[in-house]
Amino acid sequence: MTTITADHHGDHAHDHHDADHKPAFFQRWFMSTNHKDIGTLYLIFAIVAGIIGGGISGLMRAELAHPGIQYLHTWAMFMDGPEATLDQAYHLWNVLITAHGLIMVFFMVMPAMIGGFGNWFVPIMIGAPDMAFPRMNNVSFWLLIPAFALLLGSTFVPGGTGNGAGTGWTVYAPLSTSGSAGPAVDMAILSLHIAGASSILGAINFITTILNMRAPGMTLHKMPLFVWSVLVTAFLLLLALPVLAAAITMLLTDRNFGTTFYDAAGGGDPELYQHLFWFFGHPEVYIMILPGFGIISQIVSTFSRKPVFGYLGMAYAMVAIGVVGFVVWAHHMFTTGMSVNVKMYFTAATMVIAVPTGIKIFSWIATIWGGSISFKTPMVWALGFIFLFTVGGVTGVVLANGGVDDVLHDTYYVVAHFHYVLSLGAVFGLFAGFYYWFPKMSGRMYNEFLGHLHFWVFFAGVNMLFFPMHFLGLSGMPRRYPDYPAAFEHWNWVATMGYMVMASGMVIFFINLIWSLAAGRKAEGNPWGEGATTLEWTLSSPPPFHQFETLPVVD
Amino acid sequence: MKTVKSLVLAGLLALAPTLVLNGPALAQDNAVVAAPAAENAAAPADSAANAAAPVAEAAPAAPKVAAPPRMKPTEGIGMPMPGEITLQKQFSPTGHTARWLHDVLLLPLITIISIFVLVLMLYVMWRYRRSANPVPSKTSHNTLIEVIWTVLPVVILLVVAVPSIGLLADQYKPAPKDALTVKVTGYQWYWGYEYPDNAIPEFVSNMLPEDKAKENGEPYLLAPDNRLVLPAGRPIKLIITGADVIHAFAVPSLWLKMDAVPGRLNEKSVFIEKPGVYYGQCSELCGARHGFMPIAIEALPPEQFDQWVLSQGGSLKGAAEKTAEAAPAATEKKI
Repeated sequence: MTTITADHHGDHAHDHHDADHKPAFFQRWFMSTNHKDIGTLYLIFAIVAGIIGGGISGLMRAELAHPGIQYLHTWAMFMDGPEATLDQAYHLWNVLITAHGLIMVFFMVMPAMIGGFGNWFVPIMIGAPDMAFPRMNNVSFWLLIPAFALLLGSTFVPGGTGNGAGTGWTVYAPLSTSGSAGPAVDMAILSLHIAGASSILGAINFITTILNMRAPGMTLHKMPLFVWSVLVTAFLLLLALPVLAAAITMLLTDRNFGTTFYDAAGGGDPELYQHLFWFFGHPEVYIMILPGFGIISQIVSTFSRKPVFGYLGMAYAMVAIGVVGFVVWAHHMFTTGMSVNVKMYFTAATMVIAVPTGIKIFSWIATIWGGSISFKTPMVWALGFIFLFTVGGVTGVVLANGGVDDVLHDTYYVVAHFHYVLSLGAVFGLFAGFYYWFPKMSGRMYNEFLGHLHFWVFFAGVNMLFFPMHFLGLSGMPRRYPDYPAAFEHWNWVATMGYMVMASGMVIFFINLIWSLAAGRKAEGNPWGEGATTLEWTLSSPPPFHQFETLPVVD
Repeated sequence: MKTVKSLVLAGLLALAPTLVLNGPALAQDNAVVAAPAAENAAAPADSAANAAAPVAEAAPAAPKVAAPPRMKPTEGIGMPMPGEITLQKQFSPTGHTARWLHDVLLLPLITIISIFVLVLMLYVMWRYRRSANPVPSKTSHNTLIEVIWTVLPVVILLVVAVPSIGLLADQYKPAPKDALTVKVTGYQWYWGYEYPDNAIPEFVSNMLPEDKAKENGEPYLLAPDNRLVLPAGRPIKLIITGADVIHAFAVPSLWLKMDAVPGRLNEKSVFIEKPGVYYGQCSELCGARHGFMPIAIEALPPEQFDQWVLSQGGSLKGAAEKTAEAAPAATEKKI
């Protein structure tokens, strides 16, 4: 949709002396104001957090492979000392589920999608030299480090029955207030505050950058869809995160200063916390998936050598998802005892989201229709995304029915649903984007064979891991259980095998990553050919330290 | 003291009107009851029956003071089955409606949509691969098809919404006035059950340890020591609350899940079609032993339920009132 008239292909050659002058190591990586370096830092951070969060899910799958408590007690003795009780072991389980959720949401997907790819490519795609507030960008990233440290540190201090915050990522009161004595939950709350502040600063930065720093001719309706997706995401962050901050601040005062916002004994209400949390929490799931939508649109268009089908529909479908995403939150609370009218409204409103989502799915397929497809690694990940996101989306329609949710709520059906849209949706989007932009970011090509192998092993693994969870949920297995009745063993065992397949896929990914960084073929400016029409492909790979010192003109 | 109470219980049917007056007071000091009282009752019961000779039915009333035997669960009923891939068999009217909505409407619908998308994708991937289609088209708009794929999902969703909203209305139908009220309280980490209508004070329900569950022939992690005993075929109103943190009272085979929130009384009307044992588990994260506070509903035929109520030292308050009104007629019929 964008054609570049000005000739920038040669820019980096003669700009080299000033545009590509890099500061010394410490200055460059610890005091960085460069959007690409900060993007790289975010990606490294997300990979580290992803390894920890993914490792935790490995621990959980190991424990759940068979009924009975296998390893949990041993781990509890390791964490809490040799005299750890069985109750402390059960508490450790809750710490694991909490940590897995918080790490994957706040420290893996969000930093990678928005901080990593957003920082790297939003300025380039709109033809800007950098973000609007480079120093604030640096603050955004470095706030994540203490936030993550606080969360990990909370695991080692008392949090109720044992060490660590065992409240679930939702931190529901009163389990998180009167139910969790000790500093662990306070640390987790402060961690969320800081991560939230980081995201709000980032959101302000993106909104300002996108609204003010587009190159001449780059109107809003010519922006690449990835930029659109980050713009919508930034607005969601800006509007949703302050509500979370308020909710968890009241948690803190309930915990430490004797207020009773969430305590019925003092005139408060535990449900208030849930309403506030999910007013943030539902937009949050779109925050995680929308940038993925953007990435998939870029990739599908590039490798089909066709412009995105129904560009305006695609852009405004994301806006619609963002807007409607703010008025459906209580479908997470169908079993809390709300009135029938409220439940009917949230059932109907939630189903409405399927319409813009359907528009996106069909538009992607229509983009491919009539195209000339090359099945490079990013494209196979994108195709995998489209199908698996569809599967995750349709189970969302089932769960949207308040009356049906009465039996599925808080079972593994829900776990299957949100892992299909996140672990198989957002994460497939991340891998698609990573392979797509890896040559641009690193200047080297990844190994195509290993990339495909990674896809197929990972695809088989995650489906084996998460599809059986639908069965477990339908037959009634509740979430967040360290042990289960023997009847659930079969599908749990299959899921654990699936985890192992998925984990071997990740080994292939890291081999590919290390090999490509060290010895990958040098990548040219545009390795993808005529389908790649966005501005990042007009630059060298990797781009010069400062790009677009003369602004490109878009017609 | 116990003997006196048992006497009153034994003569229950004969002295129903008196009992209505005495019932509540009686049950208050009558604790968790049971076996010893029943044994003690045996001898005096005879004399009571003799004393109340005209009412022949009173004599068999004496053994009713013993609780009905603990019901054995039926494999595949009210519990998950190994390798199961779908919902548990349902035993309530709303359960049937909801399961119909899922099995007949939603599941086929989502399967068809997923397969449709998959087939479409496989087709375009094969048809428009670079070797088969080297020159891409430049089409990027087609208003008609965009309108179709916006409107069609709206229509499909409307088709889903109608029965879905209807199901919600069904589930929220308040229980009739004569419904049996039972209060369920979630604690860390056990359940408490109280029968205000029958003046049975709260008793608690803890998970059975593994060996004990096996001994009973019940599934471990689903079986508690004391079950929530309810009548089958009678409307029931559950009042659900939490004492410390939020729990959720859930029984999949009755399509029942309601959060137990401290400071709130959530109401759920329940109707169990058949006698049986229906298992469930706490379904809201409530701390360390969240996974270890199971639920079992033992649905008894109404007469046996009444027998159980009496065995717990409770009164058939709701029923007793009716019996009192209908007493002459009933007696005549029996004779």
